[in-house]
Amino acid sequence: MVKPELAFFDEIKAEVRNLNFYYGDNKVLQDINLSVARGKITALIGPSGCGKTTFLRCFNRMHDLYPGNRYEGEIILHPDGLNILSPEVDPIKVRMQITMVFQKPNPFPKSIYENVVYGLRIRGINKKSYLDEVVEKSLKSAALWDEVKDRLHKPAYDLSGGQQQRLCIARAIATNPAILLFDEPTSALDPIATAKIEELMIELKRELTIIIVTHNMQQAARVSDYTAFMYLGRIIEFGKTDRIFTNPQEKLTEDYITGRFG
Amino acid sequence: MSRLSIFKEKIIVFSLFLCAAFSIFITLGIVWVLFYDSYGFFKRVSMKEFLTGTQWTPLFADPKFGVLPLVAGTFLTTVIALTVALPVGLITAIYISEYAPTKLREVLKPILELLAAVPTVVYGYFALLFLTPWLQKFIPDLSGFNALSPGIIMGIMIVPYVSSVSEDAMRAVPMGIREGSYAMGATRLQTSLRVVVPAAFSGIAAAFIMGISRAVGETMVVAIAAGMMPNWTLNPLEPVQTFTSYIVQVSLGDVPHGTLEYSTIFAVGLVLFVITLAANVVSFFLRIKFRERY
Repeated sequence: MVKPELAFFDEIKAEVRNLNFYYGDNKVLQDINLSVARGKITALIGPSGCGKTTFLRCFNRMHDLYPGNRYEGEIILHPDGLNILSPEVDPIKVRMQITMVFQKPNPFPKSIYENVVYGLRIRGINKKSYLDEVVEKSLKSAALWDEVKDRLHKPAYDLSGGQQQRLCIARAIATNPAILLFDEPTSALDPIATAKIEELMIELKRELTIIIVTHNMQQAARVSDYTAFMYLGRIIEFGKTDRIFTNPQEKLTEDYITGRFG
Repeated sequence: MSRLSIFKEKIIVFSLFLCAAFSIFITLGIVWVLFYDSYGFFKRVSMKEFLTGTQWTPLFADPKFGVLPLVAGTFLTTVIALTVALPVGLITAIYISEYAPTKLREVLKPILELLAAVPTVVYGYFALLFLTPWLQKFIPDLSGFNALSPGIIMGIMIVPYVSSVSEDAMRAVPMGIREGSYAMGATRLQTSLRVVVPAAFSGIAAAFIMGISRAVGETMVVAIAAGMMPNWTLNPLEPVQTFTSYIVQVSLGDVPHGTLEYSTIFAVGLVLFVITLAANVVSFFLRIKFRERY
C-alpha cells in the first residue's frame, strides 16, 4: 500500500482511515486510506467492479439507504474533525454538506427553477428573492443560465441529457456543499456535453472540493489533480495525477493505464 | 405453404379477431340498449323535467321524474367514500412503497388485496348492522338508513384499489430520482412527498379516478344500508337512494316490463354510464398529460 501523498501546500479536506465496507458478509472495500485535498479534484479510477463507486458513496452515506451494509473505519471531515461514518452522525447532516451528481441525470419531475432550489426548500428556505438569486447564481456556475433563463418554470424533462446533467450540478451546488461527489457524470453524455461538464468541474473546484469516479482515464488525466487507482476493493496507488499517468510506481497501475486490462 | 395451411392460418387469425372483438361488441350492445330504451323514456318525459326535477317518484300513482334526488344521493355517498378512500389509500401506498421493509411489504400487500375480495354484500350488512348502530351512539340523529355509514364502508372497500394502483405507480419511480433527493440531504418524508408522489402523479390520479368510478357504480352497499329513499338532500344522516340502488329496486321484478316505470332504469343507467365514461376519459387524458418521463 502506497502511503497517501499530498503536496505539502495542499490542505486536507477529508481523510479516509482504514476504511472497510461490507455488503452483507461480502467485504468489498479493504483497508482504504486516502487524503482528499481541499479545492482540488480527486479522481478514482479502476476497472469495473473495483469498488470505486462503492467508495464514493461512502462519503455521503448513500449505503445507509439500503439494509445490510456496514462500514468500518473513519472518514474525517476537516476542519471540524467530524467522522462521517460514525453511527452517531446523522446521514442527512452528512448529505447536507456532501452531495452527489449521478451517472444518469436524475432531475426531479419539477420545473427547472424548482429543481435548483430543491435543497433550499427542504432546508425550510422559501424566501423568493433569495431563491431567485441562488437560481441565477447556480445556473450561471453550471453554465446553463443562458440556455434556460427564459424558461425557468418549464419542466426539467424538456432539457437535453447534457443540460439535465448540468441542471443536476446546479442543484447540487445551490446549497454550497463542502464536497461534491461525481459518479461517472459524463458516461451517459456525448463528447460536447462531456467537455462542458469537464470545464465546469475545473471551474467549480475554486470553491469546493471534488471527488470524481470515472471510467475514462483521459477524463481523469484532463480534470483531476490527484488520482487513486483502485483494484479489487483496494487502493493500489495514489498520487498527483500527472505522476500517476506518467510514472506509475506499481505494475498494476501501469498495466491499467496503458490499457493492458480493464 | 400449402393452400390448406394458409386456410387454417386464416381461420385462426379470424377466430382470434372474433375473441378480441367480442368484448367490444358486447359493450356496444349495452350502449345501444341503454340509448334505445332511454329514448322510449324521453319520448314521454321531457329532458328538462328529468334533469331539473327534485322529486323522483316514478312508482307512485302520481309519478314524478326528477332525477336530482338520485344525483344527490350518489354524490353524497361518493363524496363520503372518497373522503375515506383517497387519503387512506394514498397514505397506505406511501407507507408500503417508501417505508415498509421488504418482508412487511410482502405480507401487507396480499392482505390489503384480500380486502378487495370480500363480497360487497358483506360490506353492506356490515354497514347496516354494525357501523350504523355504532355511529348512532355518537350521532343520535342518525337514522337507521343513511348516507354516512354506507359511504364510509364504501370508502374502506375502495382503499385497496386506490392504494394498490398508487403503490404500483410509486414503485415504478426509478431509484435514481430518490437517490438524487436523498443526496441533497432530504428526509424520507420529504423524498416521498416532494419527489416520489409528484413523479407518480399520473398513476395516482388514475387510481383516484378509478376510486371515483367504483364509488359511483357501487350498488350492494348502498342498496342495503342507505335506505332506498330518493331524498333531495345533502344531509348525510338521512336515508338516500343512488342511481344504482334505484336500478336494483326496479329490477327486483315488481314493475312490469315495457312500462314507463320500467324504462326509467334505462334513463338512470344512461346517466350512470355517462358519469363513469366521463371519469374514464378524464383519467385517460391525465395519463397522457402527466405521463412520466424518466
